[in-house]
Amino acid sequence: MKEKIANEIANLIANAVIDLPKDVEDALRKAMENEEEPAKTQLKAVLKNIELARQQRKPMCQDTGTPTFYVEVGYNFPYKDIIKDAIVEGVRKATKEVPLRPNAVDVLTGKNSGDNTGLHIPYINWELVDGDECKITVMPKGGGSENMSTLKMLKPGVGIKGVKKFVLEWMVEAAGNPCPPTVVGVGIGGGADIAMKLAKKALLRKVGERHSNKEIAKMEEELLNAINSTGIGAMGLGGKTTVLDVHVEIAHRHPASLPVAIAVQCWANRRKSLKIDKEGKIWNID
Amino acid sequence: MEYRLNLPVGEEDILKIKAGDTIYITGLVVTARDEAHKKAIEMYDEGKELPIDFSKVAIFHCGPIVKKEGDEWKVVAAGPTTSSRMEIFEYDFIKRFNTRIIIGKGGMGEKTAKACKEFKAVYAAFTGGAAVLAANAIKKVKDVFWLEELGMPEALWVLEVEDFGPLTVTIDAHGKNLTEEVKQKAKEIAKKIEF
Repeated sequence: MKEKIANEIANLIANAVIDLPKDVEDALRKAMENEEEPAKTQLKAVLKNIELARQQRKPMCQDTGTPTFYVEVGYNFPYKDIIKDAIVEGVRKATKEVPLRPNAVDVLTGKNSGDNTGLHIPYINWELVDGDECKITVMPKGGGSENMSTLKMLKPGVGIKGVKKFVLEWMVEAAGNPCPPTVVGVGIGGGADIAMKLAKKALLRKVGERHSNKEIAKMEEELLNAINSTGIGAMGLGGKTTVLDVHVEIAHRHPASLPVAIAVQCWANRRKSLKIDKEGKIWNID
Repeated sequence: MEYRLNLPVGEEDILKIKAGDTIYITGLVVTARDEAHKKAIEMYDEGKELPIDFSKVAIFHCGPIVKKEGDEWKVVAAGPTTSSRMEIFEYDFIKRFNTRIIIGKGGMGEKTAKACKEFKAVYAAFTGGAAVLAANAIKKVKDVFWLEELGMPEALWVLEVEDFGPLTVTIDAHGKNLTEEVKQKAKEIAKKIEF
């Protein structure tokens, strides 16, 4: 069973780095159609690259990212004990077979492990849920956009206005570095770690999908329009679309704190999911 | 304007290019990231011989995925990496090696723009993440240096390219820095936005 899951994980990673989700591609195409030069040339190159990656079964970007997983495991799912090992094995297999770029480097020695595994890597975000199934999502997270992520502990007195201002100013400062048009995840509240977890998880939401809370949904659109109005554009060369979407998630905060975390994802907003049932049947889901 | 350039290029070729122009290049491109820049500058300053004449090639900020097939290296994917990380090295690099074309993504800062003006060079952006497009323009891996020491992403990969592009020139040899201008304008706009 472990080998079967590991093989499926390796396939899942391969598909994630080769085949960009349709919602992201559609948003990029719309941006290209509305754009002028030199941003139009850049977006055309991005779209052509997405097509070539699919045709040639090659990773769309040479930075195949830090292997990051989100696992929702049912209380009654029978294979809980082998999931972690299967994920690590799947990462090693995909690294060799796709191949992926080895991206796990020892912090002290600078040595690359060579197989994308190491201390806490691949990173797995665990969540226990009802039921007897398991859902596994892989997010190969690129380094260039990750470097533009940030956290700030704001003074609660600045309010939500201050939060929006911070996000806008930060994305202007990031400019062309995270490979725009990007998707931006914002986590507000909780503590430092909670805000960042929320920000990163928000990147899994589809482009165009709004938060169920109407006020948050409105904030997402406000931020989307504000960032795009600054004209940073594709690759920071000037243009109308700097971000494809902004996804905000919130948690209750401590009275003294207003943490705001920003996680940035490049246009290669890669993600793929699969499900495993209690009989061990595995299938891909959208 | 659009230019198709054959490497090596001279000062005249560089001077006719303006920020905002698109270029395609044919010739030798060498990948170099943080570690390679640092090592090359150190070796030069210590009087050691470098494995490549950097004045005849274009430097590409890139950590490719490369696969060995038999005796030959094959590039699987090779898009640009974020150039701002090399900002701390680029002035010293261009000054020492007289490199004419630097390729990366995200744009570069004041010091690089200064080097481009003083030593007649340009910085051009390859579409970030467009790794398959880049790999398709790479005809052959001619050589690799420092692989053992620096690892696959950081090594100097010497690549034969044909019509490599589109590359958007963002820093020209006349002192213009397109991405910096876009950023300053964006800051002004952001300042006026009221939530």
